Amino acid sequence: MNGTLPLVIVENLTKHFPVMRGIVIQRKVGAVRAVDGISFIIEQGETLGLVGESGCGKTTAGRTLLGLYPATAGVVTIDGHNVRSARGREMLLVRRIAQMIFQDPYASLNPRWTVHSIVSEPLRVHHLFKTEAERVERVQELMGLVGLSGRLINRFPHEFSGGQRQRIGVARALASDPRFIVCDEPISALDVSIQAQVVNLLEDLQDRFGLTYLFIAHDLSMVRHICDRVAVMYLGVIVELADRNELYEHPLHPYTGALLSSVPVPDPRKDRTRHRIILAGDVPSPINPPSGCRFHPRCPLADERCSLEVPEWRLAAPSHWVACHKV
Amino acid sequence: MTTLLDVKDLKTRFHTPEGTVYAVNGISFHVDEGETLAVVGESGCGKSVSMMSVLQLILVPPGEIAGGKVIYRGQDLLKKTEQEMESIRGKEVAMIFQDPMTSLNPVLTIGRQICESLRTHLGLDQKAAEKRAVELLELVGISDPANRLGDFPHQFSGGMRQRVMIAMALSCNPSLLIADEPTTALDVTIQAQIVELVTKIRNTVHMAVIWITHDLGVVAGIADRVMVMYAGFIVEEAGVIDLYENPCHPYTSALLGALPRVDRRRDRRLKSIPGAPPSLLMEPHGCPFSTRCEVAVERCKSENPSLTPVGKNHHNIACWIDIKTGVAR
Repeated sequence: MNGTLPLVIVENLTKHFPVMRGIVIQRKVGAVRAVDGISFIIEQGETLGLVGESGCGKTTAGRTLLGLYPATAGVVTIDGHNVRSARGREMLLVRRIAQMIFQDPYASLNPRWTVHSIVSEPLRVHHLFKTEAERVERVQELMGLVGLSGRLINRFPHEFSGGQRQRIGVARALASDPRFIVCDEPISALDVSIQAQVVNLLEDLQDRFGLTYLFIAHDLSMVRHICDRVAVMYLGVIVELADRNELYEHPLHPYTGALLSSVPVPDPRKDRTRHRIILAGDVPSPINPPSGCRFHPRCPLADERCSLEVPEWRLAAPSHWVACHKV
Repeated sequence: MTTLLDVKDLKTRFHTPEGTVYAVNGISFHVDEGETLAVVGESGCGKSVSMMSVLQLILVPPGEIAGGKVIYRGQDLLKKTEQEMESIRGKEVAMIFQDPMTSLNPVLTIGRQICESLRTHLGLDQKAAEKRAVELLELVGISDPANRLGDFPHQFSGGMRQRVMIAMALSCNPSLLIADEPTTALDVTIQAQIVELVTKIRNTVHMAVIWITHDLGVVAGIADRVMVMYAGFIVEEAGVIDLYENPCHPYTSALLGALPRVDRRRDRRLKSIPGAPPSLLMEPHGCPFSTRCEVAVERCKSENPSLTPVGKNHHNIACWIDIKTGVAR
């Protein structure tokens, strides 16, 4: 559409899940603030990484962004379409250009459907074929793109290995000719040797079709490999966002620093001499997140101000955003 | 150094409706006292099953330990009765598991669960057991341990539950701790805490550790020696620095090539290993990795190489080919 606008614009996206109490008469007693006001853009053809520990809200962010969960507040624009206000034809169009690859290749494919039904469902929903022969041909073409033999078209998911199933998930996501794909931990259920296969496939497809990815993951080494820019989430908010090498070489937020130093390096001499910042305690509950900076109870640098004032989201270096009083 | 555990030609099979699963196919290895051995491999390579066979935790049937010897301090554990094994498990050899939620009993307080092994193995009375339990929880870094004895597992977070599991495992001062993917279910910051804890304890009480994992990063930080498993075989065995700096089996070298690095800029595409591990439903013949191997020759398909030394330093590999030169060894 517009060459100068980013493909995806997210402003103050918020998703709260109500906490209910009572069996007959239910009342709302609080909210899980899973995503609490996050903003970022993704340029056309770029891969943005979204990293954080379990429960930080990264998956909820990905799903809310696509409208799979109704957002509590905020604006998401994908290719000029406002996802929250889109209805009818416009919603269908958003669903066609924005797709998702799920984490668990075992749970995200219907076990009673053949590969043909799974991969051709988006074609059916979006009326992308005229004849049955055309549909079969397109499914076989998609299978070829992800490295599966077209002869397997009538097989069921249980006949495939984990890596092959994830390829089926990728083929399904590609079926509707999307421009933007949310990859929600697409490799974390796979073995190391298979992870590399799927990552290389995602990179090839990106080059070939000019795809834009939001890559949600907790594997920080893989994120550095595949992403152009990386956003770090903690308890529902983004605490730091920068180009990958800038972020990994000069992390500014104390949480990013601790997170990166915790990642083991497959090099014994180096791993044993690395300085590790071991964080005390666990991530607090997102139902009543800590006041001020959400990281302050675990932060080695925190002082009184951090527990009172929410740090401002600001530009600390060229294209390096951070929310911390101490930077 | 004296050998604590010496496993010879261990074979484990499972007889399932689909056929016999050849899970562990004649592996031999040893662990010295106070040493940390890491067992690395992908899912289904037999790393957990082989260690569970050592402790006879395999359910028979469908499982079957089809052969081999497990010599622990001069005695063959495979010849022991179930009753004799009960006095070894938990006391001499302790084990911690991947999922700390399902390995703790949800309806008993953690105090009761820790005290149980103290009372059965060490014959302590309730009071002494509780006192020791508090010391153990303190050792693994749980704050206010005396008050937390009455808590149930669901009141602890994942990392804290794994600490409780470690406290239970350490309760009888075992000589060998088998840790089966203890940090796989945890976040990296919590993983760093647990790795630091186990390293600290191992250094203070001089306990041998077998650390089962698929994460080559964690291995680099904790192991003295590493063995790499594939499809029920050991394919390479070496000291940790030797293995990472000079991997000699094509599988090990390919695995290391498939790993991105958090501490380096991207310099290449990842090297992927084509295909998938072989089905274990067929009796293995030939090298199990030959179907995915870049350097495989005709001989690899028909004859399975046994572990043989390469160079010095007790570096063993099971491969017909020298990957540096590409010719037969």
